[in-house]
Amino acid sequence: MEQMRRPRLGEFVIESLVKVAGLSSIGFVVLIFFFLLREGVPVFFEVELTNLFSTRWYPTFGLFGTLPLILGSALVTLSAIAIALPLGVVTAVFVREVAPHWAREILKPMIEVLAGIPSVVLGFFGMTLLAPVVRRMLGMPTGLTALTGALILAYMSLPTIISVAEDALDAVPKSYRDAGLALGATQWQTIWRVVVPAARSGIVTAVMLGMGRAIGETMAVMMVTGNAARMPLTLDSLFRPVRTMTATIAAEMGEVAEGSVHYHALFGIGIILFVITFILNLTAAATIFKKRRRGGLR
Amino acid sequence: MHTIKFSLEHIYFYYGKYMALSDISMTILDRQITALIGPSGCGKSTFLRCLNRMNDTIPGARLEGRVLLDNQDIYAPGVDVVNLRRRVGMVFQRPNPFPQSVFDNVAFGPRVLGLTRNKDELYWLVEQSLRGAALWDEVKDNLKQDALSLSLGQQQRLCIARAIAVSPEVILMDEPCSALDPIATLEIEELMRQLKEQYCIVIVTHNMQQAARVSDWTGFFWLGKLVEFDETQSVFTRPSQKLTEDYITGRAG
Ligand SMILES: Nc1ncnc2c1ncn2[C@@H]1O[C@H](COP(=O)(O)OP(=O)(O)O)[C@@H](O)[C@H]1O
Ligand SMILES: [Mg+2]
Repeated sequence: MEQMRRPRLGEFVIESLVKVAGLSSIGFVVLIFFFLLREGVPVFFEVELTNLFSTRWYPTFGLFGTLPLILGSALVTLSAIAIALPLGVVTAVFVREVAPHWAREILKPMIEVLAGIPSVVLGFFGMTLLAPVVRRMLGMPTGLTALTGALILAYMSLPTIISVAEDALDAVPKSYRDAGLALGATQWQTIWRVVVPAARSGIVTAVMLGMGRAIGETMAVMMVTGNAARMPLTLDSLFRPVRTMTATIAAEMGEVAEGSVHYHALFGIGIILFVITFILNLTAAATIFKKRRRGGLR
Repeated sequence: MHTIKFSLEHIYFYYGKYMALSDISMTILDRQITALIGPSGCGKSTFLRCLNRMNDTIPGARLEGRVLLDNQDIYAPGVDVVNLRRRVGMVFQRPNPFPQSVFDNVAFGPRVLGLTRNKDELYWLVEQSLRGAALWDEVKDNLKQDALSLSLGQQQRLCIARAIAVSPEVILMDEPCSALDPIATLEIEELMRQLKEQYCIVIVTHNMQQAARVSDWTGFFWLGKLVEFDETQSVFTRPSQKLTEDYITGRAG
């Protein structure tokens, strides 16, 4: 009898541990979410909505306009993606389709190492090396601009985009490539017209993941964007300082009194950021789901 | 009366050090169906892929001997492989339409090669190709549907339509029916009989009844060698080699 029960007991213990671990991680997420809500929601009652979504962020004077921060984040993130997407996809195509076998073996681990560089190091690199170059090239008074941030963010999201896009290309069956070649298409035509479109859902996922990394990134962005809370509405905004939502929270959280309006406002920005990322992920999931249901990709 | 399309002279084929084909010589006639039979692993697919140089994509693969298409050596230096593959189309063992619409699948070749000047011409060519592959009536109402939503038999006919859309001279088929049910198989066989009016067809099959039913010529491969090659009727009724007889009667293989 004893012998019969032993494995059962072991199984029970392991099963419970797994359950506890799983449930507690869900629990922590929920807790964090409620904490965010508890600290952030009050701002929507303490500050009028017209103020909250106005164009000026001067907490000292009771002005809590989050629009410049939201647009700042959007500008930096979208520019970063605009740079990283073509670069990432082309690199993935090179690594998967063109590079000889030995080069692939070297490139793949190198790309993964890039993903592990701490963002503060990249921020430092951006401040000391990239910013002066940007300043000289643009002839602007400062090199700490939205563009500098976008470049650093693009660099940061590249490894994610490359490796996920490469996996997607890798998953395209060889039979598609054979079919393209057998029809008299060149290798390049086969890649661009057959393989890349067939991998499209994976590439969309890659971009969404890269974007998720970019929009939430704080340290490097705070170090290189100049942090001026101005509305980036003119065409040259890309070449001027901006301030993102994340940089605002990080920079100001240390100096606010707990429970003050300003404190609640920073958490309010956190909620807005959360909602935006949530919508992003949801749309990504929805497009992928729709493509799946159509039974393939065009 | 049939002109010679392919003429092969002492072909040896190697995967690295491994010799997959040895000393194969034969002629393949235009507007005829030539079937290649033999047990699996005997080199049928390898042979077929020599005819449109699809083996070029395999590292370490090497061919000796001469393969003449319309009397031109297709392995001579300076031959345009891309153009060769347009002239010698291929249909694979498993239907492999692109994950795109029916129309885009057939239009792929013409678009890539710039065969048509405008939309109307392209549409016309797609329709002709689908008619040629006996698929038009089944898909004409919904050319935008996803190719992968078709049945396997329809997908294989779509692949044939895609291949004939670039007006090839030869169509190579590597076990085109092995993934299909008996009815779809008969449909493809019927289609092959129609296609041979216009094209030179070479088909690999592991199904001897199929070879006997559709082909004009049959080649029997065994361990990388072409053991017997003759008109289908003679191969099946009075084979010249003992090995062939054993194989087609099921005693070997
Ligand atoms: N890409 C390849 N690399 C190395 N050997 C191969 C390759 N493809 C086929 N072979 C070998 O060549 C021989 C002939 O294969 P194949 O032409 O596919 O035969 P069949 O089509 O008659 O079944 C087999 O022994 C197979 O293992
Ligand atoms: Mg085979």
